[in-house]
Amino acid sequence: MAYSQPNASQAGTATLGLEPVIVAKDVEKHYDNGFHVLKGVSLTVYKGEVVVLMGPSGSGKSTFIRAFNGLEPYQSGSIEIDGIEISHDKRGIELVRREVGMVFQQFNLFPHLTILKNVTLGPIHLRGLSKDEAEEQAMELLDRVGISHQANKYPGQLSGGQQQRVAIARALAMRPKVMLFDEPTSALDPEMVREVLDVMRNLAESGMTMVCVTHEVGFAREVADRIIFLAEGHLVADTTPDDFFNNPKEERIKKFLSQILH
Amino acid sequence: MDYSFDFSVIAENWPLLLAGAWLTLRMALLAIAFGLIIGIVGSLLRTSGNRILNGIVLAYVEVIRNTPYLIQLFFIFFGLPGLGLKLTAEQAAVLSLAINFGAYSTEIVRAGVESIDKGQVEAGLAIGFSKLAVFRRIVVPPALANVYPALVGQVILAVLFTSVVSQIAAQDLTYTGDFLNSRTFRSFEIYFTIALIYLAIVWIIKGLAYLIELHFFEFAKYRR
Amino acid sequence: MDEFTLSRIFINLLIATKWTLILSLIAFIGGGTMGFVIALMRISPNRWLRSLSWVYVEFFQGTPLLLQLFLAFFGLSVLTGVNLSPLQAASIALTAYTSAFLGEIWRGSINAVPQGQWEAGSAIGFGYFKQLQLIILPQALKLAIAPTVGFLVQVIKGTSLASIIGFTELSRAAALINNVTLQSMLIFGLAGLIYFVICFPLSNWSQRLEKRLSYTS
Ligand SMILES: Nc1ncnc2c1ncn2[C@@H]1O[C@H](COP(=O)(O)OP(=O)(O)OP(=O)(O)O)[C@@H](O)[C@H]1O
Ligand SMILES: [Mg+2]
Repeated sequence: MAYSQPNASQAGTATLGLEPVIVAKDVEKHYDNGFHVLKGVSLTVYKGEVVVLMGPSGSGKSTFIRAFNGLEPYQSGSIEIDGIEISHDKRGIELVRREVGMVFQQFNLFPHLTILKNVTLGPIHLRGLSKDEAEEQAMELLDRVGISHQANKYPGQLSGGQQQRVAIARALAMRPKVMLFDEPTSALDPEMVREVLDVMRNLAESGMTMVCVTHEVGFAREVADRIIFLAEGHLVADTTPDDFFNNPKEERIKKFLSQILH
Repeated sequence: MDYSFDFSVIAENWPLLLAGAWLTLRMALLAIAFGLIIGIVGSLLRTSGNRILNGIVLAYVEVIRNTPYLIQLFFIFFGLPGLGLKLTAEQAAVLSLAINFGAYSTEIVRAGVESIDKGQVEAGLAIGFSKLAVFRRIVVPPALANVYPALVGQVILAVLFTSVVSQIAAQDLTYTGDFLNSRTFRSFEIYFTIALIYLAIVWIIKGLAYLIELHFFEFAKYRR
Repeated sequence: MDEFTLSRIFINLLIATKWTLILSLIAFIGGGTMGFVIALMRISPNRWLRSLSWVYVEFFQGTPLLLQLFLAFFGLSVLTGVNLSPLQAASIALTAYTSAFLGEIWRGSINAVPQGQWEAGSAIGFGYFKQLQLIILPQALKLAIAPTVGFLVQVIKGTSLASIIGFTELSRAAALINNVTLQSMLIFGLAGLIYFVICFPLSNWSQRLEKRLSYTS
């Protein structure tokens, strides 16, 4: 293999509890058209860690992160979430998904449900919460993301930034063990990016385990424990933000940084 | 024009007309209910990714949409007994209407389902819902809202289509008209009144549809 | 009875199909002409023209075509004292029916042209009818083609109901042959096949036109 798997412990996680939440080993994926998108990628994410995934467009970031909750099937290798393998049986995947929160670039709030109902839908039907319990919890979460006063509106009545904060609350309502973010601010107008990043920052400070695909350099520098760099389906770097931004070794990383740092 | 209108035939026979209208409504309702089930199942099969099932459903849809309802009705009412399946006029009427409505609603529901962004499905799956739950809770409601006007239009057409079943002697509103016409020869008064009763039914459906829309599809106002 | 071989049945049905096509053509041409007037009335600045055309469309879209045929065949003759042939009555009813639907379809196409186009036209100095003729209608035409072709299929299928007032087109020919041979599945199946062969290409064409339009816009 052209790229050696960097050792997680050298990447500044020694202070954390070292309890793995996501363990991905040699994940290989071909799309139906034969495109080899993931070429044996391994990654371990520990409890409480914030891992930021970067890489050029088309490098396989979305594919990789979506594999963590079974949205992208893969052909070989393995992915374990909190010790449970993402098996290929349907029921198993559904159970794992409850433990993994996901936030999408396009928010994907349910347009026919009010903000409150967007947040209570999963807990009521999958966690067995009563309507009252679910609503109480939802209001707390909406308060945390600063949207509680809009609880009875429909998604279409909210701005993009507000919708994305609701989407975060909706994912948190399932009490997930880990949160996945796939470019959560890319579809937002510039003035709304901050409000979403602030919510994510608070979430990180509260100790949530997070994997984020994002090109927000400020966020990555300040919040991330590790930066992972993917290129053409290979994991090229797994290192601290400081090392990644100030001391890039790979030519590809230098080129990438020169593009996103302008 | 020295014709003198005489609507007494209507005044004298309104219980008959009401009974006919009631049967028309009952048959239409049954057919629409069954047809909608066919439509939902049909649209699921159309989008299942299974080529054979998709082909079969597509053939059904195209055959029904490209042949007159009258022929479908005759095929079922006169044809099925040849296979040992004897149907009463009303059964044949409801069956043929349901098959007809099913074909149109298959395409309407499919268009609705396809109008829903893939991200909606993924968001539902990501929370942990099963595929079926995602379909029922997340895909169907906004899909219905998207095709609601087309669906209501098709319901109205189905109600108007029921008049054709008078031709196999199902005693619906139109049949009642034929019966009164043959006895009194007040053709214009009878058929005009009956046409107006159909129109009233159509307006009631439109009114109900509007109320349902207000109640269930409030969110549709706010969509981008 | 033996004389009704498969080929003879088929030939008889084909002969009757000619009348299905003729009636469809009459309805389409008559209905198209009247439908154009209806569409113009529906968008007219004159309130009375708008109301009148609204009542017309409500009636013909909100009542069964079969009843419209009965009104034309039985109703008109008792009203006027003139006896209409089944073909005449069917032509009148189908024309009225077609015009109501085409009128609505075309009104929709005209309304789909952005309001700004009218305004641009009046800014140049065109009057109402010049705006309509030179700016609005050419654009509306493009939008109208697919649904118009689609509705032609409804008209062709609709002509089958003329059989009920005694006009011998494809459906009535099938019913008559059925009375003699009692081979119902075969005969109505064949009749359905003939309708399908006529209608399917039109449906298909309409759908392709619609797709092409949604790609280009
Ligand atoms: N369903 C699919 N079938 C075939 N190829 C696909 C499919 N989905 C994605 N790809 C290809 O796989 C590659 C990786 O896609 P992916 O979305 O994971 O990239 P990414 O790193 O998230 O890029 P971006 O920054 O643009 O979001 C791309 O080249 C893409 O064109
Ligand atoms: Mg991506």
